[in-house]
This record gives sequence, C-alpha cells and structure tokens, in this order.
Amino acid sequence: MKYLDEYRDPRAAQKLVAEIERIQTRPWTLMEICGGQTHTIVKFGIDRLLPEAVALVHGPGCPVCVTPLEMIDRAHAIAVRPEVTFASFGDMLRVPGTRSDLLALKAHGADVRVVYSPLDAVELAAAHPEREVVFFAIGFETTSPANAMAVKQAARRGLSNFSVLVSHVLVPPALRAILESPDNRVQGFLGPGHVCTVVGTEEYEPIAERYRVPIEVTGFEPVDMLEGILACVEQLEAGRAEVRTPYRRVVRREGNQAAKALVGEVFEVCDRKWRGIGTIPASGYRLREEYSFFDAERRFDVAAIEARESSVCISGEILRGVKKPVDCPAFGEACTPENPLGATMVSAEGACAAYYAYGRHLAGVGG
Amino acid sequence: MSISEILGSCPVPLSRYERITLGHGSGGQLMADLIHKLFVPAFENETLAALEDQATLDFGGNGERLAFTTDSYVVKPLFFPGGDIGSLAVHGTVNDLAVGGATPLALSAGFILEEGLEVEVLTRIVKSMAEACSLAGVRLVTGDTKVVERGKADGVFVNTSGVGSVPAGLRLSISSARPGDRIVLSGTIGDHGVAILSVREGLAFETAIESDSAPLHELTRLMLEACPSIRCMRDLTRGGLSSAVHELALASGVGVRLDERAIPMKPQVRAACEILGLDSVYVANEGKLMAVVPAPDAEALVEAMRRHPLGRDAAVVGEIVEAHPRYVVMLSSVGGERVVTRISGEQLPRIC
Amino acid sequence: MCLGIPGMVVDTFEEHGILMGKVSFDGVVKKICLDHVRDARSGDYVLVHVGFALSKIDEAEAKETFDLLEKMGGLEEIREPKT
Repeated sequence: MKYLDEYRDPRAAQKLVAEIERIQTRPWTLMEICGGQTHTIVKFGIDRLLPEAVALVHGPGCPVCVTPLEMIDRAHAIAVRPEVTFASFGDMLRVPGTRSDLLALKAHGADVRVVYSPLDAVELAAAHPEREVVFFAIGFETTSPANAMAVKQAARRGLSNFSVLVSHVLVPPALRAILESPDNRVQGFLGPGHVCTVVGTEEYEPIAERYRVPIEVTGFEPVDMLEGILACVEQLEAGRAEVRTPYRRVVRREGNQAAKALVGEVFEVCDRKWRGIGTIPASGYRLREEYSFFDAERRFDVAAIEARESSVCISGEILRGVKKPVDCPAFGEACTPENPLGATMVSAEGACAAYYAYGRHLAGVGG
Repeated sequence: MSISEILGSCPVPLSRYERITLGHGSGGQLMADLIHKLFVPAFENETLAALEDQATLDFGGNGERLAFTTDSYVVKPLFFPGGDIGSLAVHGTVNDLAVGGATPLALSAGFILEEGLEVEVLTRIVKSMAEACSLAGVRLVTGDTKVVERGKADGVFVNTSGVGSVPAGLRLSISSARPGDRIVLSGTIGDHGVAILSVREGLAFETAIESDSAPLHELTRLMLEACPSIRCMRDLTRGGLSSAVHELALASGVGVRLDERAIPMKPQVRAACEILGLDSVYVANEGKLMAVVPAPDAEALVEAMRRHPLGRDAAVVGEIVEAHPRYVVMLSSVGGERVVTRISGEQLPRIC
Repeated sequence: MCLGIPGMVVDTFEEHGILMGKVSFDGVVKKICLDHVRDARSGDYVLVHVGFALSKIDEAEAKETFDLLEKMGGLEEIREPKT
C-alpha cells in the first residue's frame, strides 16, 4: 500500500535506530501520546529495538480509556432500551461499566451495532425511522469532524430519530495536566499526528515553551515513530524545546480549516471528566445549544447517572504516564483481556491491552 | 459426573460471563475455556481430549481407521462473495476429515430452519451443498430437519458430520511437532473473514473480496504422497492463524516462531484489515491449511503444493522451536519481535 | 488513537449535500466523505479516518523522509537488527 509500506521498511527502521544510538549520550524519557502509537510500538517491537536509555512512557491518548465510568454506564442505560439501536465504534464494545459491557448487553438482547463511520449510524437512522438510533460519539479532536458531520447531516436530513452520546476529549489540556503533575518524568513528547492533522500544531507551541519540552508531531507507522523519536532525542541532546512536525506529509501548522469550522459550528468546549485523572477544565466538547435536540444524554434523561471506580485498577496512573502496565500487581493476573478491571486493559490500544496483546507479561519471552 | 459436580470441583471460574456471549464462539480464549473446562471433562475420553480436527477410531481389523467429525455453521449473512452457508458446511467438514489424512466418504446434514425462511433461499443453499458434495467426491447420506420459531435462528443453521477412512499406519497429530520442524501455509490468510465483514452491515466495502472456502481433500492427498513425513495438518478457521498455531504449540508443548514477512496475504485483504484496524493473524479463514513438516522436507512440500490450484501461494511461514514452549513469537516486518497472544473473544474493528 | 489509512481517490460526487468520494485502498474501494478536503481529485492520495478524508498526502513531503534517510549513510553501515 502506497504511503504505508515504505514506512514499514526494515532497512529504514534500522538506519533510524542506529542514528538514535549514535547521537544519544544520556537517558531520556519520552511519551507517545496516542494509543495508536502505543499499538505500533508494541506490535512492531519498536521499544525492543531502541537503546535501553531511551524509555517510552504511554500517554493518555486513548479516548476509550479516558471515557469516564459514568459515561459508559449512561451508554449502557440507553442501549438496553427496547426502542434503541445503539451504534458504536468497535473499541467501545468491551469496555466495562459498573455492571456490564455492550457486548454482554447484546447477548442479553440489546440492539447494539458496530459501525465504521458515524455516517453509517446516520444511514441506520434513515433506514429505520421506527427506531431511535443513538451513536456513541467518542474520540479526541481527530474524530470530532466526523461526529460533527453526523449531527449536521441528521439535522439537514430531518432525522429526528437520531442522537449522539458525546464524550469528546482534547489533548492539550491533558498534556498540561501531565506536565503540571509533581511526579511527571516525561522529558519529550511524540505528538498526536492525526489530532494535529485536524487542529494543526499551533496550540502546542505555548506548551513546549512554558514547560520546556520538545514536541515532535509524529505519525503512526514504525518509520514515522522512529523518525519522531530520533528528532525528539536530537532536541533533548541539544537542549531545545520546539514543536516540529516530522509527519509533514499530512500535518500542516494551521490544520484542516474546513474540519475545524464544522467542529466549531456543532460543538463547544466544556469541562470533561477523564477516567483515572479527574475533571480537567475546558478539556472536552459538548453539543452547542442549537444542536441540543440531538443530545442523547438529554433525550434519554441519563445525565444524572454517576459511578465509582474499581479500587484495584491503576489506569489513571498509567494514563498519566506515571506507571507502566508491568508496575501493576494485577496486570496479567487478576486483570487480563478476558477479565479487565479497567479501560486500559479492555481497549485494544489501551496501554495494558497493547502490552498484554504483545506479551509483555510473559517476562523474557521474545527476548 | 453431573455438570454441577464438574463445575463445583473446578476452583477456576469458567468465565466472568454468566451467559454465553459471541466471544465464546470466536475460536479464541473464551471458547478454549468452554471446551477445556466444560466439554472435555464432561465427556471424559482420550479421543475427545486430544482435540484434533477429527476423531479417528479403530474400526474393523485391517488397520484402516474411521475418521469422524462434526461442525455447525451459523454464518451470517447466508450468502457472501465466494460461497454460502451450504458450501461452507460441506467444505468445512470435508476439510476437517482431509487434514487428518482421511479420504472423505459421506456426510450427514442437520438443518435448523427459522419459521418464515423463504423456500427459494433454502433451495439455493441445498443446491450449493449438492454441488460442493460433488466437487468433494462425497455423498450426503443422511439428514434431519427441524423448524424453530421466528427469531430463534438466523434463517438457517446447519450441522454437518462426516466420516472418512484413514489408511493403516497414518497417524497425524498436532501433538507431534518437534523443534526444528517448519510450518507451511497453503495460501493467503484472512480472505474468508474479510469477505464476511465486507457484506455485514456498517462495514461494507464495494470490492468483492471472496471467501476462500474450498475442499482441500485433493491437496492433502497430494501433500501426503509427496511428503509422508508430515507431522500434522490443521485447517485454519475461526480465530485464524493464531488459533491454529496456539493449539499446535499447546498440544506439542513447543514454541512457535512466525515470520510476518513470509505470511501470504492478498493486497485487498491486507488493505481491508488496515482500514478496520484488524490484526490479520486473528481473521477467519476457510479453504486454507497449515502443515508441520521436518525442515529437510519443507521445500519439496511447498513445491508440490504449488502445483495444485489451492496451494499456489503455499509458503513456509515459521518454525517450531524449543524456546518459549506454548508461546508464539512473531518477527515483525521491521525486525522487532512481539509475542502473539491468544485473542480473548471476537476481534472487533477499531478507530484508534 | 486515530487509525488513519492512506487511500487514492477514484471518484467524487455530491450526496445529501456533501462531497463524497470513492477511495481505493490497494484495490479495496470504500465510500468516504471528502467534504473536509474539497480540493481532492481522482488520483490524489488522502488520509482516511472513520470514513472521512482528513488531509491530502503531500508527495514531496513524504519523499523528504526518505531523502534524509539516504543521507544518513549507505547500506554498508546498517547493523544486524536486535532480536
């Protein structure tokens, strides 16, 4: 596949690893922000290729992992209603709520559907006027144009049986929360390549300056990741703290203006609670008043549902990059993909699941 | 032993689920739990406990053995590019016999029909089954039909059981792999799973990726003639390549190393997996098999397979190792390694 | 997060008031919303996330990565991969 295979070339990867080894003189701790980047690192064994002195810590860029427990419970409360067809990205189906998960609810008879795109959910609503179609609109900034378009199209096409349960989160406030934390050890960041494809890189500049951390906006393929790691190490070795964009083939400083305009039309910034972190001010999106008709939380009156977290799960510390999955005593023992205690194990790209899927709990296997 | 006695004596919970979920049918860890913790202990016999694709039973006196297998087909949609539930039901059971070295002889078919199913649909399925039987050289000799109320079945569920004859002296088994052996695949992976997804609501592609469902009895016969040293064969179905190599690693108590770059895939299947965020090692297959063969014979086997249309993409994709017994390690395309763990339930598309 | 895959635009059309397109991913064609990349034409490559094109892929920028890698040293300097 063009623009994919080249970025999986082993010789290019080897060159980048060799260069990282050549220039690195001190240990450095980097954080890759996106769950998809974590997935790549573990799937391709990239952290095993890197010199030990370059440590990678996994960030909170997993919208599935950070969706608060009460939002999951609200989703479940809606999904069990007999008139509802609940459409969701596949990622959300196994995330445990207080009592259950969407897959188990489906086994009990709830009409739960996996969709690839929010527009597929809109089509479901158009094809089934007798059903209430609810779409679970999760994601970071990357998915916001798609979710916004779904709402706008439903409005345009007069689909009154369509609504969205919104749980959007934004990256920069989370970055600030991590950097403000007294136990933060992250020195440089691999920035979220697809978030920045939508919003651009400007809002990262004040963060790099204020906290004196380099931010390399990085893609998702192995060569992209290694390029980003190399560039970040170069900056750290030189004492620089800039925002740069190795992922220039799709990311522009100003982002995608058309997408941003649509998002601004449908959504507004609000405070959001992050699972494992707590409420971060101005860190999420909600529907604007003009589109509140499509707000599933209001339509199904579930906003009052609250929830309490498991005491054993340390997802929060993992999301903030303070701990690694292997630091959790439950990892691979009481907590596995079959029996997840928290979202970082259930979501396929949550740090714990990514580590488990590629076998880190089997200490020593795979070298 | 009663079921409650069996479950009561086992300290490990069967599952955190009180009810069966779709994940229990996906060929992954949940299904393995069900088999190992419920079915095998309940029916208590060595043949079942071996968990081969087919059971071989001593029969008569001349050393020839009877192979016996069963499979149920609940695929949705009923018709998909490259096949339907009928042809799948015939090929799948023929293949379970063939990979045990058996010559397929006869099948049975049990139909569970949903009230309201159109007779025209059933007719198409049955015709497809008849064609598949003819292609595989088997007769469908006995059957059963039941009807259940509307909503209790997805149109049609089919069970096929099959019997075949295994020549005297041939004993293939997944517990017979040895370090140094090579793992050979008969062709590309992921075709069937992606073909099914491509017509399922919400995940549609406009491109016809076809299921690879096909009868492998001729290919297996050719393989055994060319290479009598074959240790075992396994057809790849639900749970994909991963399930097959895990079952092998567990049964033989050996480690498996796979080379990602050696695994054949059609470009469109690969692209579909990338779009949906699916890991191809877990995607279902149908007309494909895996064989384990001593290293010196691997090349000759692959050459022989490539002479048959169903083996034209045959390749060595890995080896059996002494290290990390019961675990599967894959060398990624960029040179790093990862451990392939057993998928826990159904693999779902992801956006992240 | 954000699974984004590159594909080639093979057709564009309006549907329900927005710009849609057919995008081919190595031969797999899917209907994708192009409304955020309205200048995309057949033959262009776009990055697609959940059925939406988010950006055109800039060929020149893509090439730069590999030009830089060339400069990093010849093949003879490549070490054996760590296993």
